[in-house]
Amino acid sequence: MNALNKILEHQIVVKSTTDNLEKIREFTKNAALHSGFGEDTIGKIILAVDEACTNIIKHAYKFSPDGIIYISIKFSEGKFVVSITDEGVQFDPTQVPEPDLREYYKQKRVGGLGMFLIKRLMDEVNYNTISGNKNQVVLIKYLSQ
Amino acid sequence: MAEFNANLRGVGSVSVIDVKGYLDAHTAPELENVFNRLVDLKQYQVVVNFDDLKYISSAGLGVFMAYVETMRENQGDIKFSNMKENVYNIFDLLGFPILYEFFKEENEAVKKFSDPAKS
Repeated sequence: MNALNKILEHQIVVKSTTDNLEKIREFTKNAALHSGFGEDTIGKIILAVDEACTNIIKHAYKFSPDGIIYISIKFSEGKFVVSITDEGVQFDPTQVPEPDLREYYKQKRVGGLGMFLIKRLMDEVNYNTISGNKNQVVLIKYLSQ
Repeated sequence: MAEFNANLRGVGSVSVIDVKGYLDAHTAPELENVFNRLVDLKQYQVVVNFDDLKYISSAGLGVFMAYVETMRENQGDIKFSNMKENVYNIFDLLGFPILYEFFKEENEAVKKFSDPAKS
């Protein structure tokens, strides 16, 4: 297998607590460092993964510390794919409107920004239900973009 | 554990919060505590100095959104200074520059409270 076809794969499983966010960011950074991205893009990927996991902790597991978050990162042919899976409350991304900051400010709303950021930071974002009861969000960044 | 510190000091009648390290969903409550203390003390003129902040997620930005209206209703504000480019870019992505004032240096932000007409 030559370098171009080499598939790098990384996995981590953590409990759904916010003190694990640092570990999640380190894991993501280490995976991205070996994939040829610049510092700026690595920063975007790290933040997107943090935001996705924060949403899982807050909304899927509602701050229960016993939930499990599975993160798998694959890098192949210039495509960096982060799959994040949880077994918490199911989530319908179509029910979350794009935030209007002026409205948020008026209503003192502070949530919902994470999903919006993820979309802006990554090239592709897909939300799926797998095995009937698991939620999976897949974040994709292309090396060439 | 992610390192974060929010230190409060007074510059004249303005309260300056020095934020340091990593501001995420885990550490944002520490910053909320500082803002709660300021509201209790009726200190509504606030500058946040970002010189030593390395990282921010939307949980951190949410803290400023939660308190800015209270400050403004009481003739105060939350102004930002000394922000690194990577941190500013996140504020920018979420449209904060429309609603908040950003300054290169802390003293410019502090001055704006005493002389709001000058920009």
